[in-house]
Amino acid sequence: MVTAQIFPIRNERAHEQVAQFESVSKSFGAVHALTDFTFSVRAGQLTALLGPNGAGKTTAIKLLLGLLRPAAGKVSVFGGNPSDTATHMRVGAMLQVGRVPETLRVREHLDLFSSYYPRPLRMAEALAIAGIEDIANRKFGDLSGGQKQRVLFALAICGDPDLLFLDEPTVGLDVEARHLLWQEIRAMLGRGKTVVLTTHYLEEADALADRVAVINKGSIIAEGTPAEIKARTGGKRIRCVTQVSHSLIRAIPGVVEVQSDRDALIIQTTDAEGVLRALFSLDLRISNLEVTSAGLEEAFLALTRNDS
Amino acid sequence: MASGSAVISPAAIMAPNPIRICFKESKYEFLKALRFPIYFVSTVIVPLMFYVLFGLVMGRQSIGSVTAAAYLIPAYGTFGVMGASLFGTAAGLAGDRGMGWLVVKKASPMPTYAYFLAKLVMSMIFSTIDVLMLLVLGVAFGGVHIAPIAAMKLVLTLICGTVPFYSMGLAIGYFATPTSAPAVINLFYLPMSFCSGLWMPIMFLPHFIQKIALFLPPYHLSQLAFAQVGASMGRSQLLHWESLIGFTLICLGLAWVGHQRDQKLNG
Repeated sequence: MVTAQIFPIRNERAHEQVAQFESVSKSFGAVHALTDFTFSVRAGQLTALLGPNGAGKTTAIKLLLGLLRPAAGKVSVFGGNPSDTATHMRVGAMLQVGRVPETLRVREHLDLFSSYYPRPLRMAEALAIAGIEDIANRKFGDLSGGQKQRVLFALAICGDPDLLFLDEPTVGLDVEARHLLWQEIRAMLGRGKTVVLTTHYLEEADALADRVAVINKGSIIAEGTPAEIKARTGGKRIRCVTQVSHSLIRAIPGVVEVQSDRDALIIQTTDAEGVLRALFSLDLRISNLEVTSAGLEEAFLALTRNDS
Repeated sequence: MASGSAVISPAAIMAPNPIRICFKESKYEFLKALRFPIYFVSTVIVPLMFYVLFGLVMGRQSIGSVTAAAYLIPAYGTFGVMGASLFGTAAGLAGDRGMGWLVVKKASPMPTYAYFLAKLVMSMIFSTIDVLMLLVLGVAFGGVHIAPIAAMKLVLTLICGTVPFYSMGLAIGYFATPTSAPAVINLFYLPMSFCSGLWMPIMFLPHFIQKIALFLPPYHLSQLAFAQVGASMGRSQLLHWESLIGFTLICLGLAWVGHQRDQKLNG
């Protein structure tokens, strides 16, 4: 089958670089959005750019789309200039947008965007991938937040691009809508596409990415697989009320940090299960126990600590 | 489909048909506006309503050598053309810029000119609707006699007249925000219409306003249109065309400055 030739297995193509930043710097007035940024996107993988608001993620995406030009360094996509129309024809983008023309129907938006591309997907196929067949005849303004994001996703994929940029695709969505969009992103990876996604949710990067680059203040502060990143960020966060002293908890293997939070303690750990076993052996009357994935804030604390 | 590494190798890309893109872009720009009640009402209904009130109800009175019904076709035609071009272009562009939609379009392979051409086509279509409806009302109910050739020249003149106001719309659209755009448009649109003699014949306006009118593009467009019904002030047509072209170039220059500023900031 032709499909097998065009879409080989993800890892076989991972050595191929689809897009590259070579020592790129970009600033807006006095604000340095990216500083000496070197990074490459590998074919067939999902690369997540993870960082807080204002870290430079959106600037990186806009450079890859040729919407902004680097002040120093070089950005290339498919070996060419990102702003060339020939490049744009192989790229799809879902950007953060405040308002989309509301009086056009979903089908009409798709019809228009498909016409920009040399080999667009059939309308029915694009609607199916984005899971919006049932709302194709609705006007954009009448849709819910999750439906709007799925339509924007459909516009990004309707040209059947080889490379897909998703800038904070699930921001503001509820859990169900977020998971639906994740499924659709995975479907694109299944079709052999390369995806670059920005997010400030560690969980999202974890669920989708082959590779994660953590960005802060315009620089990459960590890069690796999600498992590697998590290992460096102290993994889980335990919150509980206990009589056990700070110093005793700090001595438990796998504990990264202990902090007081009103009457409770917050423990950062790389081995939640082990620490919990130890805690229960020290204090059977532990109460108000919560275990959560380390948030990005904790991740940054841990990462910047590793750097210094 | 011979190449195994189609993702990396530069595939033989057949560019999509630019005419088809421009057609669709214009078609949806038109549909978008047609379904947006405020736009349709303020650019089509308001000039027609004015015409019915002042042109038909009071239509037997004469203004200079022609009836009010004949005089007001070019006047409200110019007014309608201005509204259609300014609101569609300036408010649309300011909104698309300010809310990120223009960046989405630029990130796609859409040729940038298609976006701008669509706004011009849309302005022209609504302007044509305006002028044709005025003519139909005037001839059918206002007792207006106009030779077919003159009517055609009137329509064509006013359609050309969308270009300067479209350009002005671009200039406003590049400097206004989505919320300020309608206010800025009205700040120009209404006083300019009044001072150019679109609401009240210019010879009835104070002398100093008649002098100001010489610097206002709607005055020049309306004079070109009045000439088709024999109601112009008799200045040289060339002067009017030159003024409109000069105004268009200034507006396009301003729009270009705004465009460059945008590119640096937002892409």
